[in-house]
Amino acid sequence: MPEAMPADTIRCDACPVLCYIKRGYTGACDRYANHDGQLVRVDPHILLDRAKSQGTPLVPFLEREGEWDGKLAKPKETFLTAIGAGTTYPDYKPAPFIVSSEVEGVDLVTVVTEGIFSYCGVKLKIDTDRHLGPERNFVRAQGETVGHVTTAEYGSQMLSIGGVRHLTGGTKSEGRVTCQTLLDLCNGKEVELTIDEGASVRVAAGQPPVVNGQKEERMRVGCGSATIGMFAKQWFGRVDDVVVVDDHITGVLSEHQAGKMLGVRETGISIRGRRSTPGRYFQVANPGTGWGGTDISDPLTILNPFKPKFAWPKLRLLMVSTTGEQFAYYELDEELRPVEKDLPDALRESVARIRENCEPALTTVLFMAGAGGSLRAGVTENPVRLTDSVKHSITRVTCGGAPAYIWPGGGITFMVDVGRMPEDAFGYVPTPALVAPIEFTLSKADYASLGGHMDYVRPLEEVLREKERQRQVAFSPDNPWPLRPAKSGSSEE
Amino acid sequence: MRDPAVIRLLPDRRRLHLNEGPIDLVIEATGEPESVQRGYQAAARRFVTILDELCAELPLLRTRASATSPWPSGSIARVMTDAVAPYREEYFITPMAAVAGAVAEAVLTAMTRAATLDRAYVNNGGDIALHLAEGQRYTIGMIERPDRPSLFGSFEISRDLPIRGIATSGWRGRSFSLGIADAVTVLAEAASQADAAATIVANAVDLPGHPAIVRAPACELAPDSDLGELLVTRGVGALSGCEVARALDAGEAVANQLQQMGRICGAALSLQGNVRAVSPVCPPFAFHRAPGSLVHA
Repeated sequence: MPEAMPADTIRCDACPVLCYIKRGYTGACDRYANHDGQLVRVDPHILLDRAKSQGTPLVPFLEREGEWDGKLAKPKETFLTAIGAGTTYPDYKPAPFIVSSEVEGVDLVTVVTEGIFSYCGVKLKIDTDRHLGPERNFVRAQGETVGHVTTAEYGSQMLSIGGVRHLTGGTKSEGRVTCQTLLDLCNGKEVELTIDEGASVRVAAGQPPVVNGQKEERMRVGCGSATIGMFAKQWFGRVDDVVVVDDHITGVLSEHQAGKMLGVRETGISIRGRRSTPGRYFQVANPGTGWGGTDISDPLTILNPFKPKFAWPKLRLLMVSTTGEQFAYYELDEELRPVEKDLPDALRESVARIRENCEPALTTVLFMAGAGGSLRAGVTENPVRLTDSVKHSITRVTCGGAPAYIWPGGGITFMVDVGRMPEDAFGYVPTPALVAPIEFTLSKADYASLGGHMDYVRPLEEVLREKERQRQVAFSPDNPWPLRPAKSGSSEE
Repeated sequence: MRDPAVIRLLPDRRRLHLNEGPIDLVIEATGEPESVQRGYQAAARRFVTILDELCAELPLLRTRASATSPWPSGSIARVMTDAVAPYREEYFITPMAAVAGAVAEAVLTAMTRAATLDRAYVNNGGDIALHLAEGQRYTIGMIERPDRPSLFGSFEISRDLPIRGIATSGWRGRSFSLGIADAVTVLAEAASQADAAATIVANAVDLPGHPAIVRAPACELAPDSDLGELLVTRGVGALSGCEVARALDAGEAVANQLQQMGRICGAALSLQGNVRAVSPVCPPFAFHRAPGSLVHA
C-alpha cells in the first residue's frame, strides 16, 4: 500500500513502526499527528504563567530533560491548564491531573482534564447589519451543513455552528467537516461559511467579518430612528431633512419626534416603506449588503417624489446609513427633484461622528458544551455533587484558564469565549468530537466533601518538576486569575 | 527522528511507566522492596528491545492469519500467532489482534522470572497480564467506554481462578473495531488469548447494514492498517432498546461459544449503557455491578 500513498499522507519516524499518517489523523500511538502535512506531537501540556506579561514569547514545550533551559515555573504564579492534559484512557484512574496549590493560605485543588465533547458547538456573533440569510437557514462549510442562522442581536447576526446533530447525526462527511469547522473556529482560524439563500462570510474569532468579500469595519451605533435622536441637534439648522437608512428602522428627521421637538419644518418627503410611528419606517427595502444592511445601492430608490405642497427648491437633504459608511447629500431643483451635491463641511463632521460611534465590527466565538457524567466522574466519585458545587459557585470552572459561564439548570453546560483561551487549545478525535480543556478549582476541604479522588491529589510543584511536555504561556491579564480563592457559597462576578 | 523510550516511575513512586511508540505499559508489582526493584529492572530490560523485535516482522504480523502463514521468528510474534490461530479459519484476523496482550505477557514473564513477587500486573493500554502468588487477589474495575473512563462494575480474581489475562476491545478504543460495542472485556488464561478473543467478540456485537452506524475502510483512516479495506466503525447513532439487545445477543452468542470451547473464562459486553455478562463457570466468581451506574447519558 505505500506505493499509492495520497499526497497529504506523511510517514512518522518517531518510532520504528513508521506509521503512514493521513492529514488530520494520528499514528498508532495517538501522540503524533499529521497537521496540514506536518508531523506534530499533539500533546504539549500548557501552563499559564501569571508573572509573564502579554507578549512574552512562548517557551516551547520540551521532550527531553537535556533541552530544558533550567528555568522552573514558579508554583505560586502558575496555573496548570488542561490543554494537552489528555484523558485517562488507557490507564483507568481519575482525571489526568489533580493538583493542589496553596493560595493566600487556602489549600486549593484543581482537577485538570480534557473533555471529549460530542455535545458541543459554537455560537458566532457576527457584528454586521448586513443580512446574512433567513432565520433557520442552513450554514454550510465546504458544501456540508454545519449549522444554521438563529436570530439577529443588536448590531449583530447570530449563527449556531456544530452541535451533536451535525457532528454525529448526519453523514460521515458532514460530521468530519463540522468537526473541522468547529476546531478551526475555536483555535482562531478563519473559516468560510455560506448561508442558504444568503451571504458568504469569512470569519475568525476576534477578527472583522468579511461578508461577500467585503470586510466589515463598524457596528451601527443604533437603528436609523435612534441615530436621528442622537444627532438631531447637530443637524438642526445645517440641513433641512435627514434620512438614516437602516434595514430595521429607517429614520426621518423632519417627521421624527426629535425633529419636531427642535421645530424642524415639514419637508414633504415621502418614504417607500411601512410607517411604524412618525419618522420611523420598517422595510424600506429588502435586506442585503448595501446601505445600512439593505439591498440598496442608490438611496433615492426609497423615496417617492417630494410633495409639492410642503417641499421647496434648494431643500437640503442628507441621506446616511446607520454606520456612516454610506452617505449622500442632495438639494432639490426647481422641479423638486433631488440632485446630488458635495457634502458640506458642516455635515461632514456629523457623518464622521456616526462612524466614530460605531464600534469595530468583530466576529466572536463562544464555545458551548456539556460535561457528561463520565467526565464528572473523573473529578469525583459522585458526579451530581460536582454539578451542585459548580451551581453554587463553590467550584470554579475554567477552560484553559479562561472563565466559563455555567448555564443554569441541570448538568454542567458551559460557554467560554475562545478569544480568552491560549492558542490552539482545542483538539479533536475522529469520532468526530471536539477535545477541550476544562479545569475545576475548589478548596481542598470542599473537594474532599464532595467525594473527590483525594488519593490522587498531587502538589503542583511535583507536576512542574515533570519537565517533559510542558509549555508555559503568558496569562492574559483580561482574565481573572483562576486560583483566586472562592468563598464557599458565594457568587462569582 | 526516533524518540527515546520512556522508562520512569510514575509520580506515585509505586508504578513503573514504560513507553515507546505505540507501546505504553503501566506496571505495578508488590512484594519485598528489593524484589519489586529487581522485577522492574527486568521489565525495563525486556522492554527496550520489544518494539524493534515486532517491527522487524511487521508486514507478516499485519497479514491475515492462515494455516499456511510462515512461522515468525520473534518470541512475542509467535505468541501472537498462536493466540489468533483458533479464529483464523472462521474470521478475518491478523496476529496484530493479540499484540498488546502478548507484549504485556512477555514483560510480566520477564519480571516473574527475575524476582519473587506477591502480585504484579502489566497494563498495556487496557490489555492486562496478571501475576498472583499464593493467597493473593486482584479487584478489577471495568470501564464502559474506553474514551471516557468511568467504572461500571468490578470483579475479583483470586489465585485459584484460571484467569491471568484481561483485555478490552471496542470501537471507541485506540484500535479499530468491526463491531459497535462500546467495550467488550474478556477474561482468559493469558493476556494474548484475552486480547484476540476480545477482538472477535467486539466485532460480533454488530447490526450489519444499520443506517445509524458510520463505517469507513480502515485503510482510508490509517493507510497501513492491518485491516485494509475492511469497514471499521467510526460512529454509532442512537439505537433503540431492541436494536441494542439484538447486537448484544450476537456478541453474547459468540462469547458463549468461546467459553464452551474453553478459550475464554468470561466476558462483559457493553453497548450504549447496556451491559451483558458472560460469567465464568467456576462457582466463586461473580461480576459485581456498581450500583446505579449503568445508565449512560
